[in-house]
Amino acid sequence: MAHEQFFFQHYGLTQPDLQRYLAAALSAGGDYADLYFEFLSSTSLMVDESMVKSASQGISAGCGIRVVSGERTGYAYTDDLSPERILHAARTAALIASGPAKTPSVGFQQTQARSLYPVTLPSVDAEITAKVELVMRADAAARAYNPRVKEVRASYSDELRNILVVTTDGTFAEDSQPLARLNVSCIAKTEQQSGRGSSGGGGRVALDFFFGEKTPEHFAKEAARQAILQLDAKEAPAGEMEVVLGPGWPGVLLHEAVGHGLEADFNRKKTSAFAGLVGRRVASENCTVVDNGTMPWRRGSLNVDDEGEPTQETVLIENGILKGYLSDKLSARLMGIADTGNGRRESYEHIPMPRMTNTYMLAGQDNPEDIIRSVKHGVYAVNFGGGQVDITNGKFVFSASEAYMIEEGHITAPIKGATLIGNGPDVLTRVSMVGNDLQLDEGVGTCGKDGQAVPVGVGIPTIKIDRLTVGGTARKDTGGFMQ
Amino acid sequence: MSEIQAVSSTQLETRKSKLETDLREIAQDVVSRAMAGGATAAEAVVREGDEFSTTVRLGHVETLKEAGSRAIGVRVFFGKRAASTYSSDFSREGLDRMLNSALALAKITSEDPFSGIPEASQLGSLSGDLDLYHEDVYSLPGADRIDYARRAEKAALDFDPRIKNSEGGSFDAATGHKVLANSHGFVGEYRRSYCSVAAIPIAQDEKGGMQRDYWFSVARNLARLDPPEKVGRVAAERTIRRLGARKAKTAQVPVIFDPMVAASILEHIFEGVNGDSVYRGASFLAGKLGQKMAGDNVTVIDDGTIPGGFGTSPFDGEGIPTRRTLVIENGVLKSYLLNTYTARKLGLQTTANASRGLAGTPGIGPGNYFLQPGRKTPKEVIGEVKEGLYVTEFLGHGANLVTGDYSRGASGLWISGGEFAYPVEEITVAGNLKEMFFNISEIGNDLEFRGSVASPTLRVDGLTVGGE
Repeated sequence: MAHEQFFFQHYGLTQPDLQRYLAAALSAGGDYADLYFEFLSSTSLMVDESMVKSASQGISAGCGIRVVSGERTGYAYTDDLSPERILHAARTAALIASGPAKTPSVGFQQTQARSLYPVTLPSVDAEITAKVELVMRADAAARAYNPRVKEVRASYSDELRNILVVTTDGTFAEDSQPLARLNVSCIAKTEQQSGRGSSGGGGRVALDFFFGEKTPEHFAKEAARQAILQLDAKEAPAGEMEVVLGPGWPGVLLHEAVGHGLEADFNRKKTSAFAGLVGRRVASENCTVVDNGTMPWRRGSLNVDDEGEPTQETVLIENGILKGYLSDKLSARLMGIADTGNGRRESYEHIPMPRMTNTYMLAGQDNPEDIIRSVKHGVYAVNFGGGQVDITNGKFVFSASEAYMIEEGHITAPIKGATLIGNGPDVLTRVSMVGNDLQLDEGVGTCGKDGQAVPVGVGIPTIKIDRLTVGGTARKDTGGFMQ
Repeated sequence: MSEIQAVSSTQLETRKSKLETDLREIAQDVVSRAMAGGATAAEAVVREGDEFSTTVRLGHVETLKEAGSRAIGVRVFFGKRAASTYSSDFSREGLDRMLNSALALAKITSEDPFSGIPEASQLGSLSGDLDLYHEDVYSLPGADRIDYARRAEKAALDFDPRIKNSEGGSFDAATGHKVLANSHGFVGEYRRSYCSVAAIPIAQDEKGGMQRDYWFSVARNLARLDPPEKVGRVAAERTIRRLGARKAKTAQVPVIFDPMVAASILEHIFEGVNGDSVYRGASFLAGKLGQKMAGDNVTVIDDGTIPGGFGTSPFDGEGIPTRRTLVIENGVLKSYLLNTYTARKLGLQTTANASRGLAGTPGIGPGNYFLQPGRKTPKEVIGEVKEGLYVTEFLGHGANLVTGDYSRGASGLWISGGEFAYPVEEITVAGNLKEMFFNISEIGNDLEFRGSVASPTLRVDGLTVGGE
């Protein structure tokens, strides 16, 4: 790792300092305390009307201190890494507990180093002119795609997050986490119609990723294609019908329908529609869903989570049976389950909680063409905006941005964007076919929970859902409408 | 042993006041150093804030959080090129690094004929007390703050035996201090305070089905906050009435938006009249100034000057005094909402709606932005509907301002014979915003600001409800 001992080198931090801060955190008792040091540097660029209109860079650093006592959490942070301010924050967080001081264990055990994103030159330190080239090339490619593409906005952003986590149970973990993303959005116009499209991707990668694997032209053409396609889209249908999801980003279904509901905090508090369902059938036999934070270079991956635990691959649903939850340290301890290394936070200003990493369904046996052929009348959705879920009643939505009608086994006309809505605990029981074409998304996902945003990944093979509500405007039939 | 004592609040206060007097100087110093470094114009913003929050769940404290932070951002211009940088490091080296990278970065951006800070003559700050800052949000002792959260949750739990669980009651308080300075010599500052109390109860029916809803009160000072008991009770009522929700049949029926979800329609209008969407042609309202875009009953106003308002400030993100703008008058689009850049692009005057983060170019944000209320009570509006949907919550973000296409997940209450009949969920509401703005057939008299965007109850005809 390039930035080993980052905080020791840049802030003069020492092991005795860390012991002192942890002692202050446990000065009023408590079961556990941790320190999260963060140094984040970032760059962003935006081209609009073929001009680089915005360029910015920034740095933020701070330390968050947490004290846990039973089910209670005290939290304080400081953006000033001087010993006085850290000690002050530690004593503020300590106020959650009310007992005699505890002495944290002496000495730390360094978490085994792992290297899922071994970049030699983090993109945030790369030449800015190369980044300018990326957004300018994206702009040119989108405009060249079709003269009806009238507006193009391309943006690039990257960051490098150096973290250090130390805990009173002796964990000492450092990581240096790069993240880069390129995004293109287009508006196409004719005299009568308008359409918009967007595409993007990246991961915990170096800048050369965008010059080799996924070029600006790749994303630009995709955004332009979607915008042009929308010009001819017809009304989407309304009501329940067969729905086929294409591979990749439509995996956002899993993120909303089951992923959030399986985060351990909601299940510990029994506020999730999935509470108490471990060992029960929540999906058809052909569905196996995992959360995997260990995939090299992926946007949702982490060497260690934000509590210093190594991430892992966790089976959530195996052949339709619910196997377990995604946990952080607090839920693991209170529920008596294993810590799956899913404790994440947006920044040092935030309390960690169970979050997803890369969540996807394993490939099945079916040929994607056969899946389409099996549908009489339904919707084929291949691209989505975001989604949302109500954890407690299980209802979730995700918004299709590119979709087509399927009539008698054939993909026909493109349809306008429509929201799909379903019920998390039973939607996967209606999955009747699973394709052999698993894909992961290109690296654009950001998940929000309790006001905290973290990067995530999703993936899915082509699947068929026998019944799902599609939120269009077109009448399915003439009956059933009230005036 | 001295390390074990909790630091007293007086020590905290001393540190705060010392820092705050410095902020103006720091901002002005960064601007003058940017100019000395060769910039032709510069602008600096400093933000400092404190936050407190606590959650009580099932009667026990779950979280306590208390902290403060500050950051600085600078935007520099070399003629028509611009760039920005920010930092949380206020040391001399930290500020130097921030300035130097801004000056270097500005060399790689494009010449944009419309870029730049406002004209000197446009700058200024509203005078007088805008009633935005009250120290009393922090006046409660710690135990009483926790008690606010506890009382809100208890009122919800006590309301009905079917309220069996809870995501908790909470009390939050925050203060913020902002300073803006630029190379025309402008320097302005203001403080704002905020506090809120909320409850999120969970109800369960005999079949085990769970529903969650919430309610909150938010104010700039403690005195104006609703009693926690009232917040808990309303939260419980909203949750209980969702129990036993079912799907609705796919149908085209009148849809009533409660004030909370009606505000989202106002947000769509905001996105559509936002200068950034307008000059890019990313809004179907682009080019519609002076044209009819909604029914005669629709009048929309943005006013950043209302004392005590959640969208009030003495100047916008570029240092221009806020004002009142008539956006839509009797259905006619009268004004876009603009910052300096988008105004120049469109050959118009800014409406002082610039919103400035630490980094990047200024965006556009609302002041106190609302739909003029009508005369009917919500009860009367609902009473006129034979069969229809009353929406209390939306899921997802399915509005496309380029095309007007609108499709969202929803839950609420079915209306039959002018009264609530049963709760409904797992349904969609779809239409096109171009038509929806004309199909707002009723506007209630119940305008209340619970944030910077507010709407009374609305009835919209012609929408498709998707369900079974």
